[in-house]
Amino acid sequence: MCAGARLGFLLLAVTLLGGCEVRPDRTPEPTSSSAAQVIENKGSDTMVNLALAWAEAFMQIYPDVRISVTGGGSGTGIAAMINGTVDVANASREMKPEEIASARANGIEPLEHQVARDAIAIVVNPANPISQLTLQQVSDIFVGKITRWSQVGGEDRPIVLLSRESNSGTHVYFLEEVIRLGDTKSHLLFSPETLLLPSSEGIVAEVRSNPNAIGYDGLGYVTADQKVVAVAREPSGPFILPSVTTVHDATYPIARPLYMYTCGRPEGALDLYLRWIASEGQALVRELGFVPLK
Amino acid sequence: MGKNKPAASRADRAVEALLRVAGLSTIGMVVLIFVFLLQQGLPVFFRVPLRDFLGTRWYPTEGYYGALPLILGSLLVTVVAVVVAVPLGICTAVFVRELAPGWVRELLKPAIEVLAGIPSVVLGFLGMTVIAPWVRTTLGAPTGLTALTGAVILAYMALPTIISVAEDALDAVPKSLRDASLAMGATRWQTIWKVTVPAARSGIVTAIMLGMGRAIGETMAVMMVTGNAARMPLTADSLFRPVRTITATIAAEMGEVANGSTHYQALFALGILLFLVTFLINLTAASAIFAKRRQGGLR
Repeated sequence: MCAGARLGFLLLAVTLLGGCEVRPDRTPEPTSSSAAQVIENKGSDTMVNLALAWAEAFMQIYPDVRISVTGGGSGTGIAAMINGTVDVANASREMKPEEIASARANGIEPLEHQVARDAIAIVVNPANPISQLTLQQVSDIFVGKITRWSQVGGEDRPIVLLSRESNSGTHVYFLEEVIRLGDTKSHLLFSPETLLLPSSEGIVAEVRSNPNAIGYDGLGYVTADQKVVAVAREPSGPFILPSVTTVHDATYPIARPLYMYTCGRPEGALDLYLRWIASEGQALVRELGFVPLK
Repeated sequence: MGKNKPAASRADRAVEALLRVAGLSTIGMVVLIFVFLLQQGLPVFFRVPLRDFLGTRWYPTEGYYGALPLILGSLLVTVVAVVVAVPLGICTAVFVRELAPGWVRELLKPAIEVLAGIPSVVLGFLGMTVIAPWVRTTLGAPTGLTALTGAVILAYMALPTIISVAEDALDAVPKSLRDASLAMGATRWQTIWKVTVPAARSGIVTAIMLGMGRAIGETMAVMMVTGNAARMPLTADSLFRPVRTITATIAAEMGEVANGSTHYQALFALGILLFLVTFLINLTAASAIFAKRRQGGLR
């Protein structure tokens, strides 16, 4: 139900106006007299609800600005910005050097704006007795070294690994910071047994119904029918649950910044929008389960 | 009347020319698509040696381009789907054409067409919410998102094609054959299985091939229910484990790739493979039809 409503809403929000509206090589239009300005915004599925909430609130204050928001994954949004079809890409990871290079090849100088923070929660089925894991255990589970729940003190059941597709910024972040434990020389990968689901809702649905499942997702996506596992950096603890407080004091180990990328320095309405997000817009961040910048 | 004739034939010729252009443009389109696929996909083999492309690990964002798990995944799901769909489809066709009373047939035929019209997302949704939990709880698989779940959904998608083509083939068996069989003292049952069905054999092969082509190319439903894990489906329990198909891979990954990158080319190479396989299947189906035509069996 929830997924359907969200999808319908997305479709409503999508307008078919294309083009990178605010290009660096274009002279800025006078903001006062021009007709409705359109900002195209696409990318991270983790951020799509947050971006929609921002867009709605901003359009109420500035009715002459139209903002359309779509998801698809961080990689998809960045690719769209590189190809010049959107003005702002939402990304739950930093742009890769290759992406920056291909943007420059297209004459676009991407500019990074940090807009919020997010904790990644490790989730299991509520029937699973496991309530805490170390980062090393999570890594071993997702590379396929640990394959049964009994190996980490749980029931004698197989472990079913769930992940987003590789176009998801959450997938990339999880691979680098959890599976490889931040070691850039590591070549560990997700186990080939990992189910790659096309959406966050897919993970939510499988975790809710399958007692064997373990998944990860942005804190904003965790619902009451999933069980969040406390995570520790060291085997001795402390085991910390993700929350606004534990992200701010950096005790929860799996937290990351969320970004918006623009083609060059933002101008006009877009500049106004990004400055609004960094100030008043932060109030919405906490409401949607993410962590504000300050 | 006579005065109008030259004008009419000029119009005829114009229409004929138009039809010829329309017909040829279809062939042209197919050729152009294939050329485009080759042009976009073949360069991958300069960057990824064929041996690596046939490797067992698919993780393109980290430079692993082994497509074997995807190829075998597609094969497994399709073959099982066909194994499920063929007996069901042919029996349904035989029932509709040979056994059902008139009013049942009038009900069944539109029902089968409705089945063909169900969007694949809807079937995928059905698979996720009904078949997947059943596979997990009843069959004891670790997860319900398995090759079997995908195969069952695909079987249902292939069924309408198989039924209607097989039914047409049975319909085309001359009545004289059936009459002769019955006149020789064969029962209705013997007539159906020993005379009518064998006479429609090539049409039935076509039905199977077209159903198979439908199954191997299907994307959305498969992506929703097979779990998309790029594992090698070689263990005995592979049917009850997740798989990743070629189509799901292309659909899931095409959105993120930069134009012209190795990953982009690798996805096009997978497209070439899929195109060739469906082309071969359709060719087999078509040659079965033509062979039968020459013998004068089918219509």
